[in-house]
Amino acid sequence: MTPAEIQAIWQAVWLTFKLASITTLVLLLLCTPLAWWLATTRSWLKGPISAVVALPLVLPPVVIGFYLLVLMGPKGPVGQFTQSLGWGLLPFTFAGLVVGSIFYSLPFVVKPLENAFEALGRAPLEAAATLRASPLDTFVSVVLPLSKPAYITAAVMGFAHTVGEFGIVLMLGGNIPGQTRTLSVQIYDHVEALEYAQAHWLAGGLMVFAFAVLLALHWLQPKRTA
Amino acid sequence: MSNIKATFKRVVGNFSLDIDVQLPGRGVSAIFGPSGSGKTSFLRCIAGLERAPGGYLSVNGEVWQDDGVGVGVGVAKRLFKPVHKRSLGYVSQAANLFTHLSVQGNLDYGLQRISNAERKVSLDQVVDLLGIHKLLARQPATLSGGESQRVAIARALATSPQLLLMDEPLAALDVQRKAEVLPYLERLHTELAIPVIYVSHAPDEVARLADHLVLLDAGQVIASGATQDLMTRLDLPLAHGDAAAAIIDAVVTQIEPQYHLSHAEFSGGHISLLNTSLQIGQRVRVRVQARDVSLTLAHQQGTSVLNIFAASVTAISSDSPGQVMVALDAGGATLLARITQKSLVALDLQSGSKVFAQVKGVAVLG
Repeated sequence: MTPAEIQAIWQAVWLTFKLASITTLVLLLLCTPLAWWLATTRSWLKGPISAVVALPLVLPPVVIGFYLLVLMGPKGPVGQFTQSLGWGLLPFTFAGLVVGSIFYSLPFVVKPLENAFEALGRAPLEAAATLRASPLDTFVSVVLPLSKPAYITAAVMGFAHTVGEFGIVLMLGGNIPGQTRTLSVQIYDHVEALEYAQAHWLAGGLMVFAFAVLLALHWLQPKRTA
Repeated sequence: MSNIKATFKRVVGNFSLDIDVQLPGRGVSAIFGPSGSGKTSFLRCIAGLERAPGGYLSVNGEVWQDDGVGVGVGVAKRLFKPVHKRSLGYVSQAANLFTHLSVQGNLDYGLQRISNAERKVSLDQVVDLLGIHKLLARQPATLSGGESQRVAIARALATSPQLLLMDEPLAALDVQRKAEVLPYLERLHTELAIPVIYVSHAPDEVARLADHLVLLDAGQVIASGATQDLMTRLDLPLAHGDAAAAIIDAVVTQIEPQYHLSHAEFSGGHISLLNTSLQIGQRVRVRVQARDVSLTLAHQQGTSVLNIFAASVTAISSDSPGQVMVALDAGGATLLARITQKSLVALDLQSGSKVFAQVKGVAVLG
């Protein structure tokens, strides 16, 4: 491989890492209240909202990418809004990719948190309340520490899924080196150009990464003691 | 204003809670009733874990809830203090310790959340009272049921609550563990001045711990009064069945170590107790079970029974088939005797009859 090729690889690796990190961070912040609401609400809205959150699990990413493209485009409501704020348009930018990734990886972060909050039940919350902890205090001092394993799972799953996404990136980001050309897009490019050796390097690297992540997840989970 | 006033009206499905009761602001008040009678629901309303609309609650003068039933005068209507702003301790059937904290961490949790001015009970005192010194460094998952429950009680007490609420704290424990925790509950009663509301469906716990008793059935208060009175009132369920018993408060006056006997005085006379761990002057609570009391018309001579009291019959009520429950007045103290229908007829007992109650066994409670 030429130095230029190697540099292109690292550029894609760094971009993918940056995208996955920012997406995961935003998702953890966003999904904490969302998952809490889903786990505790008795509202009829729970069904529809859960379904919307789970959409990326069943829809082809291209479909999500397409609609986001329309929404964020110059004629879409989101696009007009961002333009009126002077931010320009999101498609074919890194920021646009982050927004797309957030939608795509949402269920992988919400679900583990929601399950953990549900499993916690009301008992520890009530115990904390009778020990003078306000609801927010209870969340920070009891719910968060008891949900640590779920947060690890959510972060790892969210990160790994963002690394592996393709359809949305292609629809929304195009293929701009250093800005929107992530690893999976780069693999696609190599295969298109019949550069199988380079494709192998990247694809194999992602395989190893995925395996390592799942293995780490297994080890990080607290073991159940009988 | 040393009392607790509670009014709650609440309908959930086909169960309705309709309570209007005053409890003493000190000592242990037991809420007793069969399962499904609304005991836990009542306690949760007091804690603020559930909100009964149209409720009123004041604890020793401080209003915790006033939803406009008009009991409080000059108090803003629709007042509901959230749980975490009420000075209370709550112990439920399950210890619910925080598994991410050590025992010490659990004790500190509540303690850190009250101001210095509120700290009336020291952590050392609480640790000592419940005998959990050796458990402080342990993780909750490694504790036995009895140990967990003692830590839960200590954790609640560490916040120096103005009111301690206990929802069948012994129900999840086996007989041995119960016996392990009960003495600590009794010490609580004697050593701390915190009023306790204690939910239970076990007559023996009520007899041991409660000063005041509230009987609940189907969400309603059927009686409220001193434990001794309610346990012997023949129109109430507690005075029936195999476990029916009278409670006598007495003072130890003499000890005969050679016979392992202690002698105590109560309003109905003199009672002998097979117990030498007592001291002269000590107040004791004694349980006399109805099935251990037999009646004679004349003072029996030449009997092995030590405790014989002169009494008069105050009420008679049928109990199980062939058996009747007789309430007796022994110098102001009430005793129960369960005798057969046949004996009742043979002795021709009626209200006002003078009898002698022979007591075969008495148990010292705490």
